[in-house]
Amino acid sequence: MRNLVAVPVILLTVILQSAVISRVYLLSGIADLPLVMLAAWALQEGVDSAWHWAIATGLLVGFISGISWVVPVAGYVAVVVLAYLFQRRVWQAPLLAMFSITFIGTLIVSFLSVGILSFSGVDLPLSDVLGLVMLPGVLLNMLLAIPVYAVMRDLARWVYPAPEVE
Amino acid sequence: MRNLFPRTLQTTIIFLIVGGIMALALGGYFSSASNVFTGSLVNLQAWFSARYMAVQDFFTSPRDMASLRQTNAELEAEVAELQSQVIQLQQEVGQTQVLAALVDFSRLRPENKYAAAAVIGRDPSPFLHYVIINRGSNEGILRGMPVVTHQGLIGRIDAVIADAARVQLITDPASSVNVRLQNAETEASLVGSITGDLTLELIPQDIDIERGDLVLTSGLGGGYPPDLIIGQIVNVRRRDFDLFQQATVQPVVDFNQLELVLVIVNFEPVDIAPLLPVPTP
Repeated sequence: MRNLVAVPVILLTVILQSAVISRVYLLSGIADLPLVMLAAWALQEGVDSAWHWAIATGLLVGFISGISWVVPVAGYVAVVVLAYLFQRRVWQAPLLAMFSITFIGTLIVSFLSVGILSFSGVDLPLSDVLGLVMLPGVLLNMLLAIPVYAVMRDLARWVYPAPEVE
Repeated sequence: MRNLFPRTLQTTIIFLIVGGIMALALGGYFSSASNVFTGSLVNLQAWFSARYMAVQDFFTSPRDMASLRQTNAELEAEVAELQSQVIQLQQEVGQTQVLAALVDFSRLRPENKYAAAAVIGRDPSPFLHYVIINRGSNEGILRGMPVVTHQGLIGRIDAVIADAARVQLITDPASSVNVRLQNAETEASLVGSITGDLTLELIPQDIDIERGDLVLTSGLGGGYPPDLIIGQIVNVRRRDFDLFQQATVQPVVDFNQLELVLVIVNFEPVDIAPLLPVPTP
């Protein structure tokens, strides 16, 4: 039953991404709210359903987007893998882990997108990709990281309340 | 009787003295003394009055402040409500203007049938230039149908579900549109880019093109109907060692402000893929 909270959260995140976040440009880059949300969710203690969230979010984004569904699914699963790895190593600094995962995850999703599009025959100048899309996207995701982490932490505490110590 | 007389006399004398003093005062004989007296009285009354007003203000002004604050809050709420109404009306006026322009556009081209749609989202990927509209197969929208605004061409339908569709904009890096230059009477290929810039390619070297030349769809390839306005040439790049010239096109449509669009529903795109030569090993 706890996993049911994923349905409204993922739907709301993807709708916000498509309707609002995708219209806010920095140069040619935009933020990736589902990626940041998944990174923040996977970093929370007690959360064991981030895999399912990543696949569901990736499929939904792939359905809406013109890009192949492989990119968001693989990219978001990679973000969750990173989050689990970081959670074990830098668990004492969750915000540092959040920033690191956001940074690396954005690069992974971007390079996956570029790879798939180049494979499809789309001409993408690397300088434009790096300077006008990827780096602004990384910056915007970093800006989103802290508020999204706070929201997901509260959600995780509500869904997975800590056991009371007597 | 004995006691009564002196008392009456005493009273009469007092009255006479007072009357005499009053008569002298009214006659102006005591003016300096009365001025001092009345001045002192006035000053004393003014002092008391000022203190009383101060005390009255002290007790009544908080009530006035509270009532002023309440009135102010009510007025502010009213102003906020009116401002929201103004914004709503401005939005409606803007939408009405766009709709009127779309109607004018459709009247200019009576051969086409249109379905109006609102843009409800954009592609989540920054590498693609797609928008999502709120009309789908339930309204007769099919894949490949051109999408325009009152200003000109914006793209074509890429994918459809029952109540929504995805439109590939002409600024998408994977988009390619066959166009013609109105003044130069030549044809070329218009491609998008990751930054949203439009570039004209495959322009023969012997063709003279200039800034301001109008770019229209040619209709070649069957992907788009002919003579839809796309934009104007703003920059020409011509190098002697290249096979073709290139030009940058300024679109007539502001792709960041898309709200309402028209889908040309009676246009059937031609799939020329089977006609393209297949490379043999």
